[in-house]
Amino acid sequence: MGILSQISMWLVPLLIGAILLHGTWKRVPTYEAFVEGGKEGIKIAVSLVPFLVGMLVAISIFRASGALEFFVNIARPVMEWIGFPAEVLPLALIRPISGTAALGITSDLISTYGPDSFIGRLASVLQGSTDTTFYILTVYFGAVGIKKMGDALKIGLMADGLAIVASLIVVTLFFGT
Amino acid sequence: MINYIWVGMSLFGIVFAMFNGTMDEVNKAVFQGAQEAVTLCIGFISILVFWLGIMKIAQLSGLLELFSKFFRPIVKRLFPEVPENHPAMGYILSNMMANMFGLGNAATPLGIKAMEQLKLLNGNRDSASRSMVTFLVINTASITIIPTTVLAIRMNYDSAEPAEIVFPTLIASFCGTVGALIIDRYFYYRRKKGG
Repeated sequence: MGILSQISMWLVPLLIGAILLHGTWKRVPTYEAFVEGGKEGIKIAVSLVPFLVGMLVAISIFRASGALEFFVNIARPVMEWIGFPAEVLPLALIRPISGTAALGITSDLISTYGPDSFIGRLASVLQGSTDTTFYILTVYFGAVGIKKMGDALKIGLMADGLAIVASLIVVTLFFGT
Repeated sequence: MINYIWVGMSLFGIVFAMFNGTMDEVNKAVFQGAQEAVTLCIGFISILVFWLGIMKIAQLSGLLELFSKFFRPIVKRLFPEVPENHPAMGYILSNMMANMFGLGNAATPLGIKAMEQLKLLNGNRDSASRSMVTFLVINTASITIIPTTVLAIRMNYDSAEPAEIVFPTLIASFCGTVGALIIDRYFYYRRKKGG
């Protein structure tokens, strides 16, 4: 597994290097373009504040009251039988419905169990490898006025399910339990 | 839906705390949660500014276009109903590239444009065509090279190797996408057989 985790480390710097090289070769004003694009990043991060404050407060209340633990313990026997950590179940359930709620739960899991724990890594991979199916469905089909969705929702949710299973397998293979 | 989930979590937590004797913790959690959210967003600024800045260079230098040329033959096979030089194909490819490189904000308008073109190809009907379902499935499975927000969260909580999840995430989303495309095909052929 040494080589595979090396790929993770090399991927980002190599990609950045390639982009800078190609930009210079094509005579793009690289630094000015970087600053221009970066401004967008501030806007996105700041616009996330109210969403994340709302979600993290709700999640924190739910965890601090002991309610989250209560539900996780109910689900634990079944989840352990499948081999999926019960703590990550809320994330798997909410991921297709709300992007910011999932982001809130991911950061809650990472802060509670640590980023380098099995739960922290699984939450990271799961959050990164799936998307908010209901949101995409509503926005894309809503914008162009599609009323009969066909199998889209069913297949979208199955895709999420597959990505969740794949995340569990990949994290176990890469990092062990 | 999201309104009910949000209120549900908060209300249930507060009521649960009444019986569980954890009101003190809940009281602290309100302010800690809010503070943590703001800290996280400040963490997002660093990564989002850097990554979107780098991606702007890739856009201007034509590197993104180069990538979309590379993927064109594969994508053509996924959308057999879309003619080779139809504008829908261009939008589909740009949307996929934007998603891959973490440009979520740029991806959505491109995706809607792609949907409009696919609807025209489908004779402007209000039911989803085969290509539309395939396009949606690709978007929901989301292959992302750099999961920016996850990286920021991991950095914020002092991970020894914040980037170690990059390659595993790529593999997991690739498996999810391929699996979803196979299911998509299966459903299509089943529909065709059935009627």
